[in-house]
Amino acid sequence: MLFVLTVLFAVALAAPLLFRRVGRSAFYILAAFPAAAFVWLMATFPRYTGADQTLASGAPNAPPSVTIAWIPDLRVELAFRLDTLSAVLSILILGVGALVLFYCARYFRPNDPKMGSFGAQLLAFAAAMFGLVTADDLILLFIFWELTTILSYLLIGYSAHRLSARRAALQALIVTTFGGLAMLVGMIVLGTVAGTYRISEIMAMAPELAASGTLVNVAIALLLVGAVSKSALFPFHFWLPAAMAAPTPVSAYLHAAAMVKAGIYLIARLAPGFSETLLWHPIVLVLGLATMLLGGWRALRQFDVKLILAYGTVSQLGFLTLVVGLGSREAAVAGLGLLLAHGFFKATLFLVVGIIDHQAGTRDIRKLSGIYRTAPKLAVVAVIGAASMAGVPPLLGYVAKESVYETFVHYGEQQGSFAAWLLLAGVVTGSILTFAYSARFVWGAFAVKEGCTATPFKSVSWSFLAAPAVLAAATVVFGLWPSPLDSVIASYADLFPAEGKPTHLALWHGLTPALGLTVLTLGIGAVLFLMRRRVESFQSSVASPIDAERTYRGSIGVLDDVAVWVTGRTQRGSLTFYLFVILSMAIVTPLTALILRSAPMPQDFRWFDNPLQAVIGAGVVLGAVAAARATKRFLAVLMVSVSGYGIALIFALQGAPDLALTQMLVETIVLVAFVLALRSLPARLWKREPKRHRTLRALLGIAFGASMVVFAMTAMASRVAAPVSLDFPPLAYEGGGGSNIVNVTLVDIRAWDTFGEITVLAIAATGLASLIFVRGRVDKRRRAEGVATGSVDRGREQFAPTGRRQATLALARKFSSVGRDAWLVAGRTLAPERRSIIFEVITRLLFHSVMLFSVYLLIAGHNAPGGGFAGGLMAGLALTIRYLAGGRFELAEASPVSAGTLLGGGLGVIALSAAAPLFFGGQILQSAILKFTWPVFGEVKFVTSTIFDIGVYLVVVGLVLDVLRTLGSEIDERSEGDADDEDGTDNDSIVEEPQIPDIATSPAPGSRPEEEEVAR
Amino acid sequence: MTVNLTLLLVMGCLYAAGIYLLLERSLTRVVLGLTMLTNATNILLLATGGPAGLAPIFNKDLAADAYNDPLPQAFILTSIVISFSVTAFMLGIIYRSWILSRQDEVQDDIEDRRVASQSSFDAEDDADVPEDTTEFTPPEEAEEAPGSQRGNTANEPEATR
Repeated sequence: MLFVLTVLFAVALAAPLLFRRVGRSAFYILAAFPAAAFVWLMATFPRYTGADQTLASGAPNAPPSVTIAWIPDLRVELAFRLDTLSAVLSILILGVGALVLFYCARYFRPNDPKMGSFGAQLLAFAAAMFGLVTADDLILLFIFWELTTILSYLLIGYSAHRLSARRAALQALIVTTFGGLAMLVGMIVLGTVAGTYRISEIMAMAPELAASGTLVNVAIALLLVGAVSKSALFPFHFWLPAAMAAPTPVSAYLHAAAMVKAGIYLIARLAPGFSETLLWHPIVLVLGLATMLLGGWRALRQFDVKLILAYGTVSQLGFLTLVVGLGSREAAVAGLGLLLAHGFFKATLFLVVGIIDHQAGTRDIRKLSGIYRTAPKLAVVAVIGAASMAGVPPLLGYVAKESVYETFVHYGEQQGSFAAWLLLAGVVTGSILTFAYSARFVWGAFAVKEGCTATPFKSVSWSFLAAPAVLAAATVVFGLWPSPLDSVIASYADLFPAEGKPTHLALWHGLTPALGLTVLTLGIGAVLFLMRRRVESFQSSVASPIDAERTYRGSIGVLDDVAVWVTGRTQRGSLTFYLFVILSMAIVTPLTALILRSAPMPQDFRWFDNPLQAVIGAGVVLGAVAAARATKRFLAVLMVSVSGYGIALIFALQGAPDLALTQMLVETIVLVAFVLALRSLPARLWKREPKRHRTLRALLGIAFGASMVVFAMTAMASRVAAPVSLDFPPLAYEGGGGSNIVNVTLVDIRAWDTFGEITVLAIAATGLASLIFVRGRVDKRRRAEGVATGSVDRGREQFAPTGRRQATLALARKFSSVGRDAWLVAGRTLAPERRSIIFEVITRLLFHSVMLFSVYLLIAGHNAPGGGFAGGLMAGLALTIRYLAGGRFELAEASPVSAGTLLGGGLGVIALSAAAPLFFGGQILQSAILKFTWPVFGEVKFVTSTIFDIGVYLVVVGLVLDVLRTLGSEIDERSEGDADDEDGTDNDSIVEEPQIPDIATSPAPGSRPEEEEVAR
Repeated sequence: MTVNLTLLLVMGCLYAAGIYLLLERSLTRVVLGLTMLTNATNILLLATGGPAGLAPIFNKDLAADAYNDPLPQAFILTSIVISFSVTAFMLGIIYRSWILSRQDEVQDDIEDRRVASQSSFDAEDDADVPEDTTEFTPPEEAEEAPGSQRGNTANEPEATR
C-alpha cells in the first residue's frame, strides 16, 4: 500500500509535464493509476476483509500493515494498516477517483491552461485520501487530513477569477482547518493518555480509555468537532454548498464521494470503541439529525441543480453520521452500506450535472427544459442515481435505507425511550425530504416545463457519459445482489458486540415495519414533490431563524474589526512610542518581580577599587552627559569617544589589558568611521531642537539607569556558587596551551561563541558594503597607476570666496612637489592642498612597524595580551593611517587583498580549523599542542587554536577595510562627483577613469598631457 | 560579593544617557545612544567579575581568584568588537538615509497610521457574491467587480490583486 501511495503522489508531481506534452488526454493516463490501484485492491480484497480486524499489526492474521519509524522521541511513526473499513473507503477513493479523472478528459476545454495543475491536484488528492484512510497513526492521519484540506482549497479555487470561487475556497479552508486544529488537540490528548498514537493500539485498549474519564471524553469530543467540520455537519454545513463553485468533477469527487467522507470515516473508525463515551451520542445524533433535516429542507427551495445536490449531500452526510455513529452492529452494517450507496449515486448525479452544465451552459432549473428528449441516455443514468438516492427499490440506496430503518426500529424497541422513537421519526422525515428533492432534481433537470423553450443541448459522447453510467450500473448491480457487500461489511460490523441475530443487507426482508416506513416515505415524498410550488412559497415566506453562513461571516467580521482596532492601538508607526513601551516594561516587570520575591540586597559596599577609578569614572560620566547635551554632531561623537576611552582606562585598572587594548583600538577606528560617515551631514544635529517629551525621555533614561543599578546589585547579592571561571586558568594553561586566559577562552574554551561572533562581523561588513556600494561589493582593486597626479579631491577651494585663501591655495600648489613619491605610493594622486608631508613621512615610518606589531599581537596573544581581535584592529589602524595620509588610491595600494577575500578567507580558515580535528579523530574545535624544533628558533610550541585566531584576525582586518572602503573611499568619490555637479567647470582636471570599474581599458597615464599641465 | 559603587554608578549614568539619546529622532544620536548602551553593558559585565585583580595571564604560583575574572572579560571583548561592526553598519544606514532622502531622522510610519484608520471592510471578504449557475462562461464575462452594490470599492479592478 505504501507503493500505491508513493506512485500516486509521484505521478501527481509529474502530471503538469504530462499535460504540457499530451494535452487534455493526459487525464486518461492519470486515471489509469488509481484504476490500476483499484484493480490491485480488488485482487487482494480478501486479505483485508478476511483478517482478524482486532489483532495488533504484525500478528499472523492481522490486516496488512507497514510501519516506519519517523519521530521516535514523540512516538510518531509512519504506520499504515489496511483493514476492512480502510478497504471499503478505498473502493470509493480509488474507484470513483479513476472514473472522475476519466470524466475530466471530456469535461475541460482542450486548451485550458490550468488543466495541468488541476490534474496534479486531483490525483494528489486521491493519494492523500488513500493515505488518510490507511494511516494507522493519529498524527499521520492528521497530516493527510490537512493535505486533503489544502488540496480542496486549491481545487475549489480553480476558477480563481471568480469571487465566488475564491471566497468559497477560503471559507472551506478556514472552517475545516478550525475543525482540524480542534481534532489535533483531541488526538494529542488521546495519544498522551493512551501512551501511543497508533490507532489500532488505541482501539484495542478503547474500553479502559473510555472508562478513564473526563480527559478522554473531551478528546473524543474534539475529534468529533474535526469530523463534523470536515463532513459539513451543522453548524459547519454552509461551506459545502458554497464549495459548489468548484468545477463539477471536484464536487463529485471531493464533496460527494471522498473528502466529506473523511469525517464519517473517523466516526466509523472510533465508533466500535468510543460510542459509549459521554459526549458521543449527543454530538453525533443531534447534529446528524439536525443536519439531515436542515439539508433536505433547504434542498427543496434551490433552483440550481448543483445546489439541490449540494444540500442533498449535506442532508445525507447528517444521515450517515447518525447511522455510523449509533454504535451497534446493525447500524454499522447499514451505515457502511449507505456510505457506499451514497458514494455511487451522488457521484453519478454530480457527473450528470456536469454534463448538463457543459452541454447546456446553465444549471438553472427555470431555464432547463426538455432535456430528457435530447439526451435520453443521460436521463436514464440520472434517474437511476436519483432513485437510489430517494430509496426506490431495487437499487442500492433502497437496500441501505431499508436496513437503516430496521436498525432504528430495533433501536426504538430496545431503548423504548421517547428520544429513540423521535430519532426514527426524524430519519423517516429526512428520507421523505430526500425523496422530494430527488424528484425535484430529476424534474428540474430533465422535464419539459411550461413557458420554457426547449434548452439547446449538444449530444453527449459515450466517453463523457461512461463514468456516471458505470457508477449507475454499480448502483443497480449491488442493489439486486447485495450479498458481496454484505459479507465485506460484516467483518467491520463484527467489531461491535453481536445482539440477537445478525442483520444483512438484502433486497427483501419480508413484511417488516421498515417496509411500511418505506412505503410511507415514498408516498409522502411524492406528495411533497407535487406540492412543490406551495413548499417553495412557504419556505420563502419563513425566514430561517439561524443562518450559519451569516453567523460565520459576522464572526469573521468581528475578528477583522478587533484586528484593525488592536493593530491601530499597538502599531502606531512611531519608533519612539515602541521604545517607550518596551523600556517601561523592561523596568516595571523585573522590578515587580524583585519586590514580590523580596530579592536579596548586597551588604558589603566599597566606593572604588582605587581612587583613580573614581576619577576616571567621573570623566566617563561627564563625557556621557556632554554627549547627551551636545547640539553639534561631531561634538557629540567626540564626547562619546571621551567616555569610551575612559572605559578603556577602567578596563586597564581592573586588570583587563586585553580589553583596554581592544577598546582603545576600536574607539579610535569608530571615531574615524563616525567622522568619515557623517561628514556629508550638516554640522548641527537639528534644524530646531526637539523639545517634545524631553523631560519624559530624561526621566525614562534615569529610571532605566537606576533600575539597572538595582538589578546589578541584586544579581551580585544573589550569587551563591563559586564562579565557573575559577576553573579557567588551569583549563587554559593545560588544555588550551596558552597563558592568556581570556584569549584561550575566546579561541578554545568558548570558541563556538567566537565563531558566531565572527560570522556577525562578516555579515555586518557585507551589509555595510551593500548599503554604500548598492550594486555589489566592488572588490576589484583600483590601482593608482592610471590616476593623474594631484587629481583626487581637487575641488571647491578654487572658488573660495576670499582672495587670501585663494592665494594660499595657489602657493600650496606651486610649492607642492609632485615629482617625488618617496613617501607614499599613491600620495601624488591627492590634490596638493590635501597633502601633508609630515603625515606622509610618519605614515611611511609607522605603517610597516604597526603591521608587524599587529602580527606580533596575533601570534603572542596566546600567552600575552593581544590575540586575533587586537591584532586585526591594529592592522586596521595601520590601514586607516594609510588611507588618511594618502587617500583612497593609497588605501587600494595598501590592501592588495580585497575586503571580501579577507572576510571569506577568514571565515574559511576558521571553519577549516574547526572541522580539521574531525579528520584526526577529535571533536569539532578541539585544539592540539604541537612541539617541534626549528633550526634557528629552537624548540617551538605551536597550539592549533592559533589558526583559529588567524581567521579572526583576517575577518577583523576585512571588516575595518570594508569600513574604510565604504565610509571612506566610496563617499570620497561620490562627494567629489557632487562638487563637480555644483561648480560644473572643473571637470577636465579630474580623471574619470577610476570610476569605470575596468581600469585596464582606460588610457595609459600621460595620454592627456594637458591635464598634467593643469595639475602642475 | 562586595559591590563596587563607582562602577555601578558609572554604568547607571551611561544607561541613562544612552536611553535618553536612543529615544531621540535624530539617527546620529540614536547610534551614539546605542554605543553608550554597549559601554554601560560592558561595565555591568566587568562589575560582575568582582574586584580589581591581576591580569589573567596564567602564573602557576597564583590562586585562581587572584586574577580578575576572565569569563566576563571574554564576553566584553566579544561585545566590543560586535558593537563596532554594528555601529559601522548603522553609520552606513545613516549615510544612505541622508543620500536618499536628506533625512537624519527616524520618521513615523505613515502606512501604520493608514492601517489604523482604515475600515475593516474588504471587498474580497465582504462583498456580496453574485450567483452563477454555470461554469462555462468565458472568463472575461465572468470577470466581476466585487461588491458592486457597495459604492466606491466596487471600482477597484480585480486585476490589481
